Amino acid sequence: MTTVANDIENLTKKEYKYGFVTDIESDTFPPGLNEDVVRAISKKKEEPEWMTEWRLKAFRHWQTMEEPHHWPQLKYTPTDYQSISYFSQPKKKDGPKSLEEVDPKLLETYEKLGIPLHERARLAGVAVDAVFDSVSVVTTFKETLQKAGVIFCPISEALREYPDLVKKYLGSVVPQTDNFFAALNSAVFSDGSFVYIPKGVRCPMELSTYFRINEASTGQFERTLIVAEEGSYVSYLEGCTAPMRDENQLHAAVVELVAMDDAKIKYSTVQNWYPGDEEGRGGIYNFVTKRGKCAGRNSHISWTQVETGSAVTWKYPSCILQGDNSVGEFYSVALTNNYQQADTGTKMIHLGKNTKSTIISKGISAGRGQNAYRGLVKIMKGAENSRNYTQCDSLLIGDRCGAHTFPYIDVRNTSSLVEHEASTSKIAEDQLFYVQQRGLDMENAVSLIVNGFCKDVFRELPMEFAVEATKLLAVSLEGSVG
Amino acid sequence: MLEIKNLHARVEDKTILKGLNLTINPGEVHCIMGPNGSGKSTLSQVLAGRESFQVTEGEIRYKGRDLIELEPHERAGEGLFLAFQYPVEIPGVSGMQFLRAALNAQRKYRGEEELDAAQMMKLFRAKAAEVKIDMASLKRSVNEGFSGGEKKRNEMLQMAILEPSLAVLDEVDSGLDIDALKIVSDAVNAMRSVDRSFLLITHYQRLLNHIVPDFIHVLVNGRIVKSGGKELALELEEKGYAWVEEHANITVG
Repeated sequence: MTTVANDIENLTKKEYKYGFVTDIESDTFPPGLNEDVVRAISKKKEEPEWMTEWRLKAFRHWQTMEEPHHWPQLKYTPTDYQSISYFSQPKKKDGPKSLEEVDPKLLETYEKLGIPLHERARLAGVAVDAVFDSVSVVTTFKETLQKAGVIFCPISEALREYPDLVKKYLGSVVPQTDNFFAALNSAVFSDGSFVYIPKGVRCPMELSTYFRINEASTGQFERTLIVAEEGSYVSYLEGCTAPMRDENQLHAAVVELVAMDDAKIKYSTVQNWYPGDEEGRGGIYNFVTKRGKCAGRNSHISWTQVETGSAVTWKYPSCILQGDNSVGEFYSVALTNNYQQADTGTKMIHLGKNTKSTIISKGISAGRGQNAYRGLVKIMKGAENSRNYTQCDSLLIGDRCGAHTFPYIDVRNTSSLVEHEASTSKIAEDQLFYVQQRGLDMENAVSLIVNGFCKDVFRELPMEFAVEATKLLAVSLEGSVG
Repeated sequence: MLEIKNLHARVEDKTILKGLNLTINPGEVHCIMGPNGSGKSTLSQVLAGRESFQVTEGEIRYKGRDLIELEPHERAGEGLFLAFQYPVEIPGVSGMQFLRAALNAQRKYRGEEELDAAQMMKLFRAKAAEVKIDMASLKRSVNEGFSGGEKKRNEMLQMAILEPSLAVLDEVDSGLDIDALKIVSDAVNAMRSVDRSFLLITHYQRLLNHIVPDFIHVLVNGRIVKSGGKELALELEEKGYAWVEEHANITVG
């Protein structure tokens, strides 16, 4: 039994595939953060005055806040926020107008990452907005989308082109003062994506953003805002990678979703930030605030995430179910290997009548990885006849990792129903032996069993992403057995 | 096909097999019978290469190679199949997905080209028809929520699809009602051929009413103490294992 445990551990040792640095000249702010830096970022982005003020409000509030260290199941060296550079962009004369104008080295990077940017994008029918360090590099298929009336562009561009729309919704779901990391993001975010789907429009293609941190000692703070008007639909994909570095890098993003009557937003993430090495050196600190508001009746927001990267993950994609009959979903696979730590889960806040939420969380811990599920289901007094179903499963690989579950349930009426199921299991030696006896080697046997464990989540992912997620999981597990 | 000489094996500190000899030629069906604790299941686990079962002495040659040197998946690739006494559940992995992965892994090991989904489907259908077992179970997660009979049928279906050279069936009859026993036995009989060998491991004689072996061996206390033809089973049924044990003591002692 112990030898098998050791074997399993060895399988998780695998080098990070995306750990290359692209040699591109960058325009990077010196480290440090104060009001002048916030103003400078705003100026760089040629933002309107109200936006600069909006940022400053966030910054001033952030200064009064403390980084949350008590409640998350995470142990890490606190970030020195004055040692980070808050803005970095690839050097260029003017912004690229089309793919041809983009630095070929950047395009090469995306090739290496396997991002379907060029023709591949069109074949796959995916529109891509790629954020490199802090700047949105190019958005493909703008025209096709424009014809449908869909706006999909860097948020910096949206601030110039559609200021009223941005002003109306920015911070409407995650206020500047929401939490420590959201406040920081609100003050210093330099780019991200903006999506607007007009009334009755079904977005003609999957929209996609790839984030990459390239520069050393920079933080990445992107901001995404998606608004789906009445009766519209959009599926949005988000992927993340970073080079290997010794020091820890900070990623603090905010994503806001707004769904009106009968609208549906499906948001899928495959997060593969650099997790640090086998000894736990380096890796991304991933502190993300993601929240969706089901503002309208019968609206629907669905979060699916596959989290395999980052040294530390702090992330709770949530739904505020305000409209009657609205639906919130959270499907999550979180894998921690070596010294990775994840504290992730969701909040489902039921306000409207007959609202429904589903939470399926699959945590996989290998090596010395620590994985915590933290979820809140809150059903307010007026949310009559509401329902929640939560299923929370943990899988342990080896005997030095940990899984923790923190469910919080708060129901304030008598007509609602909340169900919670939880399980913790180990990959059993007899399972592995059975699969090996049929011809699979140890590594593939573990991979097959883990994939089976994650099936309920993977089937929620768009096809291309599901394939990527399966591969990513296998790669992340390599070396955990051997 | 298989040649076992003076095999000693232990689990943790307990020695279970104490000098077992057995030779199986291509096309032969052998049956090992014996009382509980005699080492029957240990033999099957040792053959399949389970890590917790340690060979301390003796040798096993399979198709001329040293079997002990091979990893479990390599043994599978070499055509050794074990039908488990307690087939294991693999939640979320469909039987179809499982067998596709298994068959292609084995083909890859043997240097054969991997099959695509359509070729697989065709093969699965043909093999399932040969052994007359319904393929519906392959749509479900492997063994999850299966009844005892379903699990054993599923093992036979896997065997039919993987087409082993040597199939070790560990208590394939345990927990089966008479109808299920018939289905399982028919599948084995359908797969008998001149170049495929079987090693049946069972506690009861009733399996041998359906699958008629070429040889029967009685395993007592980690050794084969008596071998014979199919008629030996009837003698055992009549006189019980105690008789053999007694007999064994006389001959060995």
